[in-house]
Amino acid sequence: MNRLVFAVLLAGGAIASFHARAQSADPNLGRNLGAACANCHGTGGHATTGMPALAGLPKEYIAKQMRDFRSGARSATIMHQISKGYTDGQIEAMAAYFAAQKK
Amino acid sequence: MTSRRDFLKAGGAAAVSAALAGCAAVPEMKKPIGRVIVIGGGYGGATCAKYLRIWSGGTIEVFLVERDPTFVSCPTSNLVLGGSRTMADITRSRDKLREYGVHIIRDDVRGIDAQKKRVRLTRVEDLPYDRLVLSPGIDFFFEAIPGLNNAEAQKRILHAWKAGPQTLALRAQLESMRDGGVYILNVPNAPYRCPPGPYERVCQVASYFTKSKPKSKILLLDANPDIVSKAGLFRAAWNQLYKGMIEYRPNSEVKDVDVRGMAAKTDFDSFKGDVLNICPPPRAGDIARPFITANNRWCGVDWLTMESTVAKGVHILGDATLSAPAMPKSGHMANNHGKIAAAAIIELMNGRAPNPQPVIANTCYSFVSDKQVIHVTSVHHYDPAQKTLVPIKPSVGVSAQRSELEGAYGWAWAQNIWADMLA
Repeated sequence: MNRLVFAVLLAGGAIASFHARAQSADPNLGRNLGAACANCHGTGGHATTGMPALAGLPKEYIAKQMRDFRSGARSATIMHQISKGYTDGQIEAMAAYFAAQKK
Repeated sequence: MTSRRDFLKAGGAAAVSAALAGCAAVPEMKKPIGRVIVIGGGYGGATCAKYLRIWSGGTIEVFLVERDPTFVSCPTSNLVLGGSRTMADITRSRDKLREYGVHIIRDDVRGIDAQKKRVRLTRVEDLPYDRLVLSPGIDFFFEAIPGLNNAEAQKRILHAWKAGPQTLALRAQLESMRDGGVYILNVPNAPYRCPPGPYERVCQVASYFTKSKPKSKILLLDANPDIVSKAGLFRAAWNQLYKGMIEYRPNSEVKDVDVRGMAAKTDFDSFKGDVLNICPPPRAGDIARPFITANNRWCGVDWLTMESTVAKGVHILGDATLSAPAMPKSGHMANNHGKIAAAAIIELMNGRAPNPQPVIANTCYSFVSDKQVIHVTSVHHYDPAQKTLVPIKPSVGVSAQRSELEGAYGWAWAQNIWADMLA
């Protein structure tokens, strides 16, 4: 096997397993990721005005919107760009966090 | 002069603690595991103070030291110059932070003793801390613009790059300018606070001139080789909304001003104007001076914790930091810095390792008219190999075109981020 390709595969595997480990080990992963959404969507997903609130929405609904923004299935002014900054695992963790917040 | 009421409000450390015991709004006080002092109640500091209290479940004692009575937002302050918003629209109280148990002390910081872990205050006794958060904003190298390096000149020629009294004063200068006058604005070399800010300001002043003094001109003297942010979108707005009003000169660093003759000087030229709006080269706010590590200007930080690279236990947020790659100096970023710091400080004070993979995001909305807005956005992940936050390429993008829909989102962004930090 080409050494470079092997190195890339290895690195990819390492990142994937690192992500998986971080997710299972860190109880605050969803909270920390979701905090970057709060600027527009409110602290804990409680938007004040003019933006969709995320608190208490079903986890699968939030995750699907993010995936649809990413794929272009749902159009947007800005979320089609922001959604591309997150892995599937990160989207799941954020969605679980917002779903667990009281409406 | 300090009134008795002010003094009581500010309180000594002991007085504040005593008062708190009887404060119903604070969740039942557990024995605190330590004390964090936050200096600066802007986008970074206020956010960090609030999130420290929420995420620590009230177990960390948080003091917020701030000299100004209210928060005035720099983002959206260009709308006051344009005339579509008032100072009241961009001003918020910090009082609700008290409901989270944040002790607000209105005072000036005289100094920081990072060895003894104490903050020296002006009106109340010095305060010890376990960890310090500095969110100092920016100050300027006035000495780089010799003609502007005195108090009289600074009253006449404003920067208005910190929202507040200068915002109003610049608006007053624009209002009293004759129709047919020239407004000159400069852009310092990047990095500076709010990359799209000067170009948005030009739009707002042009919007005002178009309505009220249509014969007037705007000259933008940019030290940089091109428009630093959202270049295509700003150019389109200038050409389509304010045709013939704006002259843009790249590679034109303002090196001096002639206050009496009201002229801005570059290496080779001198430009006369009626209103000069000059932003000298910026640097980390004065209080952060001991922690400046780069180019005499910015404070290096560990992006996992926002801890200074030269002072243990001192965390630095916002525009004052030596920016990570492609990270703008913005209020939105400062807010996110505050959350990285809050999460990390709680872990560290509990003897645990901080989150090894912080992820933050930026969004900057710019008003190119009173209603139409453009954005730039990016998501940044911590890269352990590079030991810094790096932008995730596919997430970096700008608006397809300016729109009123984004105008509504832009204003809603402001309401929500102000609530996220203060309410």
